[in-house]
Amino acid sequence: MLVIKDLKVSIEGKDILKGINLEVNKGEVHAIMGPNGSGKSTLAQVLAGREEYEVTGGEVLFEGKDLLELSTEDRACEGLFLAFQYPIEIPGVSNTNLLKNSLNSIRKYRGEEELDAMEFLTLIKKKMAMVEMPQDLLSRSVNEGFSGGEKKKNEIFQMAVIDPKLAILDETDSGLDIDALRTVAKGVNKIKSEENAIVLVTHYQRLLNYIVPDFVHVLYQGKIIKSGDKTLAHELEERGYDWVIEEYNAKKS
Amino acid sequence: MDDKTVKQWFGDSFIRFEKSLNGESTSPLHLVRKKGFEKFSMLEFPTHRNEEWKYTSVKPLLNYRFDPNSGIVDISKEDIEKYLYDESIYSTLVFVNGKYYEKLSDLSKLEGKLEIMPLVKAIKSGKDEAINFALEILDKDADIFSSLNTAFMMDGTYIKVNDDAVVDSPIQIIYVTSADKETVTNPRNVFIVGKHASVKLIETYAGLNETPYFTNTFTIVKVDEYGSIEHTKVQDETRNSFHISTLEVNQKRGSHYAGYNVNFGGSLVRNNLNIHLNGKETETTLNGLALSKGTQHIDNHTLINHLEPHCNSHQLYKSILDDSSRIVFNGKIFVKQDAQKTNAFQENKNIILSDSALVNAKPQLEIFADDVKCTHGATVGQLDKDALFYLKSRGFSHKEALATLIYAFASDAVHSIQLPLVRDKLEVILSEKLLTPALS
Ligand SMILES: Nc1ncnc2c1ncn2[C@@H]1O[C@H](COP(=O)(O)OP(=O)(O)OP(=O)(O)O)[C@@H](O)[C@H]1O
Ligand SMILES: [Mg+2]
Repeated sequence: MLVIKDLKVSIEGKDILKGINLEVNKGEVHAIMGPNGSGKSTLAQVLAGREEYEVTGGEVLFEGKDLLELSTEDRACEGLFLAFQYPIEIPGVSNTNLLKNSLNSIRKYRGEEELDAMEFLTLIKKKMAMVEMPQDLLSRSVNEGFSGGEKKKNEIFQMAVIDPKLAILDETDSGLDIDALRTVAKGVNKIKSEENAIVLVTHYQRLLNYIVPDFVHVLYQGKIIKSGDKTLAHELEERGYDWVIEEYNAKKS
Repeated sequence: MDDKTVKQWFGDSFIRFEKSLNGESTSPLHLVRKKGFEKFSMLEFPTHRNEEWKYTSVKPLLNYRFDPNSGIVDISKEDIEKYLYDESIYSTLVFVNGKYYEKLSDLSKLEGKLEIMPLVKAIKSGKDEAINFALEILDKDADIFSSLNTAFMMDGTYIKVNDDAVVDSPIQIIYVTSADKETVTNPRNVFIVGKHASVKLIETYAGLNETPYFTNTFTIVKVDEYGSIEHTKVQDETRNSFHISTLEVNQKRGSHYAGYNVNFGGSLVRNNLNIHLNGKETETTLNGLALSKGTQHIDNHTLINHLEPHCNSHQLYKSILDDSSRIVFNGKIFVKQDAQKTNAFQENKNIILSDSALVNAKPQLEIFADDVKCTHGATVGQLDKDALFYLKSRGFSHKEALATLIYAFASDAVHSIQLPLVRDKLEVILSEKLLTPALS
């Protein structure tokens, strides 16, 4: 589904991603972990099409297409979804409006009929139940005045409605209380299927107890320095990153 | 052309105009026009040396020989369809090239609660207010454009709402110019709202073809005690036209004036809005929304004159600028000595979409009373890049994302309009304008 080959990215002349290789297939869950500032969000944002970042090398294929050639909106329409680490507040645009426009843009792109008001409402209701989204958040302006946890929940709700092929969740677990974490994880598990794939960026093993990853990667200074299965996350939780970094440095020299 | 040539041109036009009036030239109406013309002749066109015109040059306007004598032409309903609101609810007055166009007008829903008629008819049938207001304005410091308007006063809308009448049918007034020669129209409106009466109206100004023209309009509003009026003006002239307007509002005790000044069109636009609070406990909303593209120049000069105590005024002016367009906002608030407990709020917010657009914003507060609350602020910013990216990452096209954010920015200037059809149409026009590139 997603193939990243030797991806190099810089911003304002500073190299941030220094050759990322990653392959994500249908039905898989990947977790990306790593110290602060290692480039996890950069990777997520570049995949979603953020223009401020400059791709200086490598390539990315999404369902066989050259992802980096597509506009942000076309990537979304092709089935890529990013849950933001810091969801944006948009005063004056209601959540409902955002979703209606979003769904219909995507449907139009795929040559499908736009949803009428009834169909839209039915879908929204179903997905709200799925991720336990409070009704009143729906009519409010996108993320405006939402608590940190509500913002994260809203990202997952959008994901449920849009139903992407590949979802990248950038620290969706940060800032959630224990109950909210469980609901969000439950929601994600319901959305997860054999047909889609999920990339989780996280600092905590906690989330991975609920959404069990097939692969765990460690991103450090713009490179994936170690990959393993779910046991790697447990090990990181216990021992931190130092040993991985040492191992990596030893191998390098 | 220089000042003199332009004035010569209007002088000759005035003589032709008088000739066309056969027999009417000694009527009271025409005497007013003559006074208007005298005043016009004495004044000069403003230059940037005039403080009130510092950022707006009328030079481009003086390059044309606009004809005040263009006749009426036939138009069809399709021509103005996009400006019409539901005719089963709304009452309609249409003017073509400054003259009342009965064929597309319909006042049948208004019987009983008010007098409404084309201004010339009002004057001819002896409605003193219509003439007196014209004279009153001339006695005051009328500028060259309002004097020109008086000199060539032809038609316009005269509305007088009876005391205690609540007018259910909103009134839409549409002024279109459709001429194949360069034309100036001088619409003159008189809106009088009786005691405890209420009315909602919307004026639209538009052009139907590409010939340059000039709309020079003058509107007088009087709101009697506890009366209320919602007054929306949509200026959607063509991109090579000129629009200058003056609004004089007079509010008596406890009255409510809600004005929405929406500007989409015109190459050179100047709106003067003067609100005089002549009674206690008045409420005034004076909002503005402008979208400028290409080389458009839109100038709004507002004045809220607090003369009496316990009055609230609330101004919110928002604009969106693209290309190398320019927006001028000058907001005066006068609080006179007697106007204690005044509450005056003014906010001016601008969003610039390109590097070469320019905003000149100037609040001007003159406060002579001590117990008042006045706030004002002006900001110029850009669209939030993060929000733009966020929407696009949800599948919005660049243009949809832009239109959505701009509407979100702009909408609070017009969301208090009580007519949902008007609000909806403004939204449609706004996104239409945003999605089409500038012509020049
Ligand atoms: N706009 C920018 N300008 C300059 N440097 C930037 C910019 N955006 C990111 N960086 C830098 O790139 C590096 C990687 O940042 P990124 O946000 O990808 O880290 P992260 O792995 O997501 O960290 P965290 O775990 O704290 O979320 C950091 O050093 C950061 O300061
Ligand atoms: Mg991050």
